[in-house]
Amino acid sequence: MTPDVSAILTRLREALPDAMAAHRRNPGPSGQDSLLVAPESLVAVCRFLRDDPALAFDLLTNLTGVDWPDPAKAEAVAVPVEETAAPACGFLETVYHLYSTTRREGPLVLRCRTADRAENVAIPSVVAVYRSAELQEREVYDLFGIVFTGHPDLRRILMWDEFTDHPMRKDYVAPDDYEYEPTPHDEVLEKAKRHYPAAP
Amino acid sequence: MIPDSAISFPPSPNANPALDDDQLLHVSLGPQHPSTHGVFRMNVVLDGETVVSLKPVFGYLHRNHEKIAEGSTYLSSMPFTDRLDYICPLTNNWAYAHAVEKLAGIEVPERAEYIRVITAELTRLINHTAFAGFFMGDMGAWGSALMYAFRERELILDLFEDLTGARMMSNFMRFGGCRNDLPDGWADRAKKYLATFPAFLDELEKFLIGNEILLARTQDIGALPAATLVNGGITGPMLRAAGVAYDLRKARPYGIYDRFKFRIPIGEKGDCYDRFMIRFLEMRESLAILNQALDQLPAGEYIHPKAKIRGFKAPAGEAYAAIEGPKGELGFHLISDGTFTPYRYRIRPPSFINLTLLEDMCLGLDLADVVLILGSVDIVLGEVDR
Amino acid sequence: MAATESTTPAATPPPVSEWSLPGMGLIKGLVVTGANMAQSFYRKDRMTTVQYPEERVAISPNFRNFPFLAYDGEDPATGLRCTACSICEKECPPQCIYIVMDRDENGKALKRPKVFDIDVSVCMNCGICAEVCPFDSIYMDGEYEIATGDRFGSLVFHKERLARSTDYHAKLRPAQAAEVAARRKADAEKKAAAAAAKEAKAKAEKEAKEKAAREAAAAAAAGDAPGTPPP
Repeated sequence: MTPDVSAILTRLREALPDAMAAHRRNPGPSGQDSLLVAPESLVAVCRFLRDDPALAFDLLTNLTGVDWPDPAKAEAVAVPVEETAAPACGFLETVYHLYSTTRREGPLVLRCRTADRAENVAIPSVVAVYRSAELQEREVYDLFGIVFTGHPDLRRILMWDEFTDHPMRKDYVAPDDYEYEPTPHDEVLEKAKRHYPAAP
Repeated sequence: MIPDSAISFPPSPNANPALDDDQLLHVSLGPQHPSTHGVFRMNVVLDGETVVSLKPVFGYLHRNHEKIAEGSTYLSSMPFTDRLDYICPLTNNWAYAHAVEKLAGIEVPERAEYIRVITAELTRLINHTAFAGFFMGDMGAWGSALMYAFRERELILDLFEDLTGARMMSNFMRFGGCRNDLPDGWADRAKKYLATFPAFLDELEKFLIGNEILLARTQDIGALPAATLVNGGITGPMLRAAGVAYDLRKARPYGIYDRFKFRIPIGEKGDCYDRFMIRFLEMRESLAILNQALDQLPAGEYIHPKAKIRGFKAPAGEAYAAIEGPKGELGFHLISDGTFTPYRYRIRPPSFINLTLLEDMCLGLDLADVVLILGSVDIVLGEVDR
Repeated sequence: MAATESTTPAATPPPVSEWSLPGMGLIKGLVVTGANMAQSFYRKDRMTTVQYPEERVAISPNFRNFPFLAYDGEDPATGLRCTACSICEKECPPQCIYIVMDRDENGKALKRPKVFDIDVSVCMNCGICAEVCPFDSIYMDGEYEIATGDRFGSLVFHKERLARSTDYHAKLRPAQAAEVAARRKADAEKKAAAAAAKEAKAKAEKEAKEKAAREAAAAAAAGDAPGTPPP
């Protein structure tokens, strides 16, 4: 059963008047509307959704990132219900899917946006509320480069430690030789010489 | 409900002065280790035999499936989902097809829903029999139990080969149905095979359950409180073994699961023994579902007549849909911007998220128990690393 | 350590099983394996091993391996059904198909492939090419003994290697081939009927036009007859 986002938002505003959250409509047939939460209110909102007995969203099922170099595309997928200022530049977004195991309701979709894609890419970690975010936030950090402040152990998880880029970003350029070898030889060495600049 | 104070983390290995002790032994368990079920590594710190710290290391099988999927058509990603959890390709296919159907609002004909349930429950049988065999292997009983399990798995794979054309890489579900109909006589052969399955289960149970070594090795090992498991995102048999009756087939019925009569087995303590037993009980329930589905199987279309195979486009929007895979909640989160390729394609992998609490389960136990606990989580690295 | 008490299970001794005599579990297990071993000599369903290559399992009609290209008639060079439309190339998940359209000297597309390569070292036998082909041209083969000693060259199949006659297809997948043949025949008949109708219509139109022209000419001739030359 998909939850009623506007009712949850009303309840949230009563309990947490300072929380900055807005209802976003999903234009597709799935009907899964979302709550756009400001980064500074994210942890408080999550804690309220988990602890409020009438909501009891105790399971954070899925946490992922989305890269939006073009903000208009993001607004087209999560359409503002109330009048809001359109974002000026591209940004990164995290999406959370919450379920209630006791009330059997979900998914409640939360989304949270960074200020831009280059410098201000921090979003508070929800690990203190939902432990299941631990590995998933590490994955989003690794693949999208969103920095989760307050995460106890934020390291790369899928890519190797020396890797520098974030491959799930839309502007990521894949290397032309996929067969990366730390100690290349033969043909791979020739390709590696062409691709990687000589070490100083 | 779980208070914040109950959520704690084993400290990061980079900021844990306790691990600098010269007396501790640092062991890199994996990535090529027979008991780690694939290329999975655990950096374990031992005080004698006791585990002081355990950090899983992922990514040896990472191929960025999500990035590949965002650059190819919706249909092209279907065969790649086979390779996620390669023990159970058909449930992966279903989860993806289910998410795309939700994203684009596609109806599925009744017969196709029945075929999906039948293949998914057969997949659950495969997964759980293979689990029993591998788990015995983790315990040192390498050989007989696994071979018995694989013999049954082979017979189900033969059915799959007749149906989908491949034993493991099935690529069978389509948006709005299945790729082909059941071949002639397939349902009868499946029924005939399933009639022999309870005898195999009885034999395996007689063989294993009540074995002193199994009891001694698994009871009271790796248990965590149910609230911690829910908070840690654990789903599937792992969670139900701890006594939480949360199965998506009942909790949020998808497909036609509301038509069948079956029970959700739950455990008591959530230790390795309960996790082992819960899979045996689930196989009995899967058999019940299969027998009902094969008896009720209606005639009709196996794919929606208006389903589009070439040039499929989804309207702008997003959807998250999940099914109860054999290993837990297998979900797909898709964002479409109205073009031929998904804008965002995300898999919610149960194997990966079920490893969140691995360290918590292993701390204070012996090294030999670590191997068992990892076995009881039931991971496939194709899905963990994607 | 920051581990809470919940992370360390209570060290309760495991309960003694119902068989208190030590070694009973072992004996029970050996009885099961012994029974299985004995049965494997006479029970058909226990004999699962097949002595390949002397014995072979019949392959399932749905079994799929690498793709092949179907051609009509005798000559694969002229009979290929493929029109080089590149739909399979676009849908192929591992991108292992490479097609170049054949063109005449003026650059006009001849609707047949100049190059049709499939790199079977990349192909993953998914069958999507066969599924999306609108021209009944590409199907999945059932041949599986195609190992070579070479890692690259001989694993790229060119169109000559890929071409298989429709008879081969009919032998491999009789049901599918019969369905395709029936559909193609019906389509061809429909097309022929449409072409005949079009021709008849064109003929009728032409006749009507000619008749109208004749009448107009006659009328013009009649109108001209009084002969009022322009001033």
